[in-house]
Amino acid sequence: MKAKIVIIGAGISGAGIAYNLANKGMKDIVVFDASYLTSGATGRCGAGIRQQWSSKMNCILAKKSVDFFETAQEVLEYPRSVEFKQEGYLIVATTKEEDLQFTENVKLQQSLGIPARKCTKEEALEIVPHLNKDAFISATFCPTDGHLNPFTMTEAYYLAAKRMGVKFFFNEEVTEIVVNNNKIEKVITNKRTVETAMVVNAAGGHSKEVGDMAGIDIPVYSENHEILVTEPVEKIQGPMVISFSLNIYCQQVPHGSFIMGRSTADQVRGHDVGSTHEFLDEMAKTAVHILPPLGDLRVVRQWGGSYNNSPDRQPIISDCSELPGFYLACGFSGHGFMFAPMTGLLLSEMIMGEKTSIDIKELHIDRFKNSDFTTYERNVV
Amino acid sequence: MSKKDTIICRCEDVTLEDVEAIMNEGYTSFEEIKRILRVGMGPCQGNTCGQLLQREISKFLKVPLNEVETHKVRPLITGVKLKSIVEATKDES
Ligand SMILES: Cc1cc2nc3c(=O)[nH]c(=O)nc-3n(C[C@H](O)[C@H](O)[C@H](O)COP(=O)(O)OP(=O)(O)OC[C@H]3O[C@@H](n4cnc5c(N)ncnc54)[C@H](O)[C@@H]3O)c2cc1C
Ligand code: FES
Repeated sequence: MKAKIVIIGAGISGAGIAYNLANKGMKDIVVFDASYLTSGATGRCGAGIRQQWSSKMNCILAKKSVDFFETAQEVLEYPRSVEFKQEGYLIVATTKEEDLQFTENVKLQQSLGIPARKCTKEEALEIVPHLNKDAFISATFCPTDGHLNPFTMTEAYYLAAKRMGVKFFFNEEVTEIVVNNNKIEKVITNKRTVETAMVVNAAGGHSKEVGDMAGIDIPVYSENHEILVTEPVEKIQGPMVISFSLNIYCQQVPHGSFIMGRSTADQVRGHDVGSTHEFLDEMAKTAVHILPPLGDLRVVRQWGGSYNNSPDRQPIISDCSELPGFYLACGFSGHGFMFAPMTGLLLSEMIMGEKTSIDIKELHIDRFKNSDFTTYERNVV
Repeated sequence: MSKKDTIICRCEDVTLEDVEAIMNEGYTSFEEIKRILRVGMGPCQGNTCGQLLQREISKFLKVPLNEVETHKVRPLITGVKLKSIVEATKDES
């Protein structure tokens, strides 16, 4: 088999890149996934969409992605609903330092056209009345942040790409990338060999291993992040409530369930995505502390998923100076779902040799070579 | 009884008609069907619907029942209130 380009991974990134390339007229696009659609981090994520970041680049990626999500249903002609619910993110500050930092963040966000604002405690309590008033000192709110269904959003890209001729192969793992004289020649899976000169590494938690196959050392690592969901109840909370210092994000999804997650301190690196009772205990304590009425909700399920972290917690959307034809979309550090429209657009522009919509030098893998990256995204759970 | 009235997953209100439609779209594994239709994601965690869906997939693909993979069983086995979990951790310390 021959292909113009092989995309490894059919999560939101791979599906979005495939759609954007096909939309630009590229033919013979092949996507392989070792498992099924959304089997990786995408199908396990918190489904949160937010534009309130501390780094300019992340703000821009998020804002432009939200612009796309608002029209995704129609643009992709998707028959089901992508369930984009824009009822905001309320980020609470619990310390003086956070309060100061958030004031700076909001200035940056507003300068980029993101409708975020600083809120007093009283204003925050009007937005989410069941917040524990003693658990925080101030907040920021952006009404156009929200929630999007990871399964249907990915399927929307997938179906649109398929309609334009992209070939997807599931349950098929890429095991080898053949490189000769600094040129990609073949991609080998557990089922076939494909002749191609271009490969996109959108392998999420396994992007480092896929980089190794091509002899490219990608400075990312994976770690398990746990999350849980409660039984569905009547709607009581519009926005996502999030706190970096308390280590929690929590939102009620359109279906009625609450989804909440937090990161585990000193998590071991690796591909484990299991569930622990330590997470359950800490999660329950934090949730009941900050949102007391949630104590009455029953947890129905918990699971884990891979965060693929980069050294500066910003994505790697890049080509490779060492290997022409090898492209990277990885290292999303826990926020790659909400960036997918820009990931797809920027990488497809790069691959087609077009000028990228925004300057993305600071997302290039070479920024880690001399450790000359200057921004570090602090606003992560 | 019509397929529209035959409930496969009562927690998430999914009918036989829904299930057949999704299989006709090409989604024939338990995990895929679960992610799109929410079958098995309800409070009973697929206890009731798991085998029903497995049987429908087996019929659709014409493969023996024991060759159809069911969904991954995840904790918790039964729903527990968040505040009960908090209480339990207090008892331990
Ligand atoms: C608990 C949790 C909560 C999160 N919450 C949010 C959130 O609220 N908002 C947000 O924006 N982001 C969130 N994220 C992050 C987000 O899920 C990821 O950044 C995003 O889904 C990455 O998508 P991806 O397509 O790059 O990778 P993935 O979805 O992981 O897809 C990679 C795919 O590559 C395939 N693959 C790997 N190796 C191979 C191979 N050798 N051959 C073939 N296929 C291969 C895998 O099977 C997989 O399907 C969260 C993540 C977790 C774990
Ligand atoms: S009947 Fe399907 S989850 Fe309970």
